[in-house]
Amino acid sequence: MSALTFTLQMQLRQRLDVSPLTPDRLQGLSRAQIAGLPLQYGNRTLTVADAFLIEGEDTGHILFSKAQTKLDYIGRGMTCGRIQVEGDAGSYLAMQMRGGLITVSGHVDAYAACELKNGTVLIDGSAGDFLGAALPGNKKGMAGGIVLVKGDAGDRVGDHQRRGLILIEGRAGAYLGSRMTAGTIAVLGQVGNNPGYAMARGTLLLAHPPTALLPGFSDCGLHTLGFIPLLLKSVSHLDTRFAHLSDHLKRVRRHAGDRCSLGKGEILIAQA
Amino acid sequence: MFINGVQIDATFAEAFPMKATRVIITAQNLKWAYHAAQALTGFATSVIACGCEAGMERELDPSETPDGRPGIAAMLFAMGGKGLAKQLETRAGQCVLTAPTSALFAGIHTGDKIPLGKNLRFFGDGFQIAKRIGGQRYWRVPVMDGEFLCEETTGMVPAIGGGNFLILAESQPQALAACEAAIDAMKRIPNVIMPFPGGVVRSGSKVGSRYKALNASTNDAFCPTLKGQTRTELSPEVESVMEIVIDGLTDADIRLAMRVGIEAVCQQGAAHGIRRISAGNYGGKLGPFLFHLQEIMA
Repeated sequence: MSALTFTLQMQLRQRLDVSPLTPDRLQGLSRAQIAGLPLQYGNRTLTVADAFLIEGEDTGHILFSKAQTKLDYIGRGMTCGRIQVEGDAGSYLAMQMRGGLITVSGHVDAYAACELKNGTVLIDGSAGDFLGAALPGNKKGMAGGIVLVKGDAGDRVGDHQRRGLILIEGRAGAYLGSRMTAGTIAVLGQVGNNPGYAMARGTLLLAHPPTALLPGFSDCGLHTLGFIPLLLKSVSHLDTRFAHLSDHLKRVRRHAGDRCSLGKGEILIAQA
Repeated sequence: MFINGVQIDATFAEAFPMKATRVIITAQNLKWAYHAAQALTGFATSVIACGCEAGMERELDPSETPDGRPGIAAMLFAMGGKGLAKQLETRAGQCVLTAPTSALFAGIHTGDKIPLGKNLRFFGDGFQIAKRIGGQRYWRVPVMDGEFLCEETTGMVPAIGGGNFLILAESQPQALAACEAAIDAMKRIPNVIMPFPGGVVRSGSKVGSRYKALNASTNDAFCPTLKGQTRTELSPEVESVMEIVIDGLTDADIRLAMRVGIEAVCQQGAAHGIRRISAGNYGGKLGPFLFHLQEIMA
């Protein structure tokens, strides 16, 4: 069976909410039923057939072709299956996702993987602000799963993150891991100002030292930590530069903080 | 049945159900992994008085361990789940947590979960850190040499204890040499341990005793110095008997280990003073698993 393919046929002027188009929600529906599903488009409602050319039949593997940055809520709350995005994705990609795999060949907008519970999100391009964060006003961000960004990520990555792993091969913006409760964020590129702002627990693993650390962090010295190779080996099934670092990235300088919060978090900065 | 002049008795080894787990101990090098593993599996020859039976299963190459360091796979067996959990926690806390550079991981991921680092973490006094990696939860406990990394739980599975065979020889050195050959061969079999010192026990027991306080006592029928004093199982030329006890995860694992061990003994043969292979047969008093020697060697 070929992937159920939704090819975007219109130039979007408003945000289009495609949250109904997930493997678990489409399972067992006929082509006609899928074509007639309503989608929110700005303040109007469209049907799937109005926006997309529909091909293929495998509802367990959904492909968005010619995707644009106004396609919001891709894979929202999905529990299983696979969604493949050819092009860019809008905001709230994989929001509250509970299982399955989402791959994006381009960039994604803000709040990708926000409140993610489980599953894997692979982004070939860059991600916007609040990757893996909590929705505004909420206090529970990403709570499981793996997010890999091959490009850069915006500000406030992992805001209120509770569990799970975020891997960023490029740069990350300001306030990385802000208000983190737990979990791990690793960044190979430079990071912006104030990493770990108000983090209670959790780990930021950085390949490059930040320009400055907040005063709430204390230097705990140089260490060889056994869990780092274990962590990096655990992503060896993914196509990522992190998987090749397990033999090299062991020695780190540990900074504990942020003492303006609980102070049990850590920023680990790789040493040559 | 005779193999290379060695008589294989028409008898069976009698074994009983147990609960088992496997843990993986890694360290900076194999020397320190051995130190930790030896301590963990020490004083664990028999459930009669040790609380559990334990042994080292095999060495692990760095490519086989979770953290990419050299390691040892060790197995613990006990009569019940609660006892096994208690023994594991006590031994891990006193013998592995304390060993320099060591880390401790689950070696079985099936069956019921029993605590490994789940309670040891409290040694961290609030500074411990949990990490969920690859679906498993680990604890990083700060210790004076760095961090003790420990998986939260390990799996506990049904197992069999007390598989055994007896080597009857013309002299003590010949019995011991045959046992050493057997243990060398049996150590290559996965999923089994031979819990006694060097894998060999010279004080095989029978069920019960004339003393009310004891539930096991010397197996007088196989004691060579009592040949004229008790209902002996030994012929005049047998001067020494030694036993190899095997605990394994499954019936098939124990059968394979017994076969490999008996083959190694028989290779020495009658020419080296090995007369008979027998087994601890307690007439059904000990347990439901019967390992017939001649069937295993057929």
